[in-house]
Amino acid sequence: MLRDITLGQYYPANSVLHKLDPRTKLAGTMVFIISVFLFHTLPGYAVATLFLAAMIAVSKVPVKFMFKGLKAIVMILMITVVFNMILTPGEVLWKLGFLKVTREGVQLAVRMAIRLTYLVIGSSIMTLTTTPNQLTDGLEKALRPLNKIHVPVHEISMMMSIALRFIPILLEETDKIMKAQIARGADFENGNLIQKAKNMVPLLVPLFISAFRRANDLAMAMEARCYHGGEDRTQMKPLKYAAWDRAAYGILAAYLAVAIAFRVAGI
Amino acid sequence: MSIELKNVTYTYSPGTSYEIHALKDINLMIPDGQFIGVIGHTGSGKSTLIQHLNALIQPTSGTILYNGEDIWAEKYNRKALRSEVGLVFQYPEHQLFESDVLSDVCFGPMNQGLTREEAEVEARKALQQVGFKEKNYGKSPFELSGGQKKRVAIAGVLAMNPKILILDEPTAGLDPKGRDDILDQIAELHKLRGITIILVSHSMEDIAKYVERLIVMNQGEAVFDDTPKAVFAHYQELEFMGLAAPQITYIMHALKEHGLPVDEEATTVEEARGSILSALKEMHSPLFHEEVTGGQENA
Repeated sequence: MLRDITLGQYYPANSVLHKLDPRTKLAGTMVFIISVFLFHTLPGYAVATLFLAAMIAVSKVPVKFMFKGLKAIVMILMITVVFNMILTPGEVLWKLGFLKVTREGVQLAVRMAIRLTYLVIGSSIMTLTTTPNQLTDGLEKALRPLNKIHVPVHEISMMMSIALRFIPILLEETDKIMKAQIARGADFENGNLIQKAKNMVPLLVPLFISAFRRANDLAMAMEARCYHGGEDRTQMKPLKYAAWDRAAYGILAAYLAVAIAFRVAGI
Repeated sequence: MSIELKNVTYTYSPGTSYEIHALKDINLMIPDGQFIGVIGHTGSGKSTLIQHLNALIQPTSGTILYNGEDIWAEKYNRKALRSEVGLVFQYPEHQLFESDVLSDVCFGPMNQGLTREEAEVEARKALQQVGFKEKNYGKSPFELSGGQKKRVAIAGVLAMNPKILILDEPTAGLDPKGRDDILDQIAELHKLRGITIILVSHSMEDIAKYVERLIVMNQGEAVFDDTPKAVFAHYQELEFMGLAAPQITYIMHALKEHGLPVDEEATTVEEARGSILSALKEMHSPLFHEEVTGGQENA
């Protein structure tokens, strides 16, 4: 029944990064993000760039997919850059009316732009090489200690994977309902805001009914298979660290050490 | 009133690794008043094809003409087209949303600009023609049975007075009785309103006895486009496409092979019975008997 789902932005490929344990990749992303904020000089960013480029090469994901995520933050990026440039006090480089561009402002703007860009690309590498289900599995295992303070980690991660699983199904359903109503003369495009909201009723009612029905069916199917929550539950494919992961942690530790060293030495 | 498809091609997600050619160079002419069956395996492109007919999907290349006008021309009124070419989707759950049956059927006509009163006249007429009982008009569409929901869904489109009615798998999920009822009702509609009907199905048995023309889709191509009899003659090729001719076709071919001079083009049980009876009569006549035995001696 289900076709190939392209959820999130997972890009299937056969690379070392795809094979890594999701926990390793989560840790790696954290380390990279920390490093981006630790580095604050040109040589530092060069090291980060090198690391990032190496990861992209290893992931075997086409580079254009890496930059896709940037589209979403173009606006934020522009605003950050412009505000940093004109609002930072310091040595004036260029002046237009009350707007002053300072040397310190330009430096800060460039730094922020690099950090934001690297942040997005860094997390893209993780989401492109990890399926959403692997990711929630990894989160569940990594957050397991929180069980001790009564955080329902398993339930949260189960809800997350079910929600993720249902997104493409509901999208497809929305498309079908829209078509069925358009065939009956419904109009989802024209009209003012109130009319538009009213026009959504023929779409939302069947969609909600179908979502509830699906939720009901799923709950029934899970209970029929004796699902009872996280206690003593084992996994079909338990996460296990392999040699790759140990190597990856080694590389990450070295990379983090370099970042800290750069910061301490002030390079 | 005709729909003409010229070299229509449709590709899902072109330029990516998920690229699928759903339709390949389709050429069809659908004149007025025909009762057409479209048949094909799941994924053969039949659903994609019918969504082209009322401009829900724009072809990747090729043109679709309605009454000689290109429906994807810049100024063409596609909303008006959709009320002339009515499309009923497979799942009634995808379109029912109102609190009672009558209001739901009124949705289409009211979108055409009719007042509630005028729409109700059309709705009542349509509901009556699909055999939906008046005492249930006030019920919520969600408490109806599968067959009843389907009738309401068909009425919902029929109330818009389309000139062409397309039904996607109208019998899916129904029991044999409900299936026959719906199909009889559709055939009745064809006679009553004289409109073109396009019936999509993956079951030969279902549509063999109703349609006058059969279009067989396979992997995005219209492989056969002929009368049911002529199409069923290719029953071996149909099987290769994951389709099957009606069981009667197999029986008749087997009988013929075993020397009974039946008409193997019979597609319904009634036709087959007539043909077998007359063949048996013929066989028992002295003239035929000699012929057959004589032939065997020669062999």
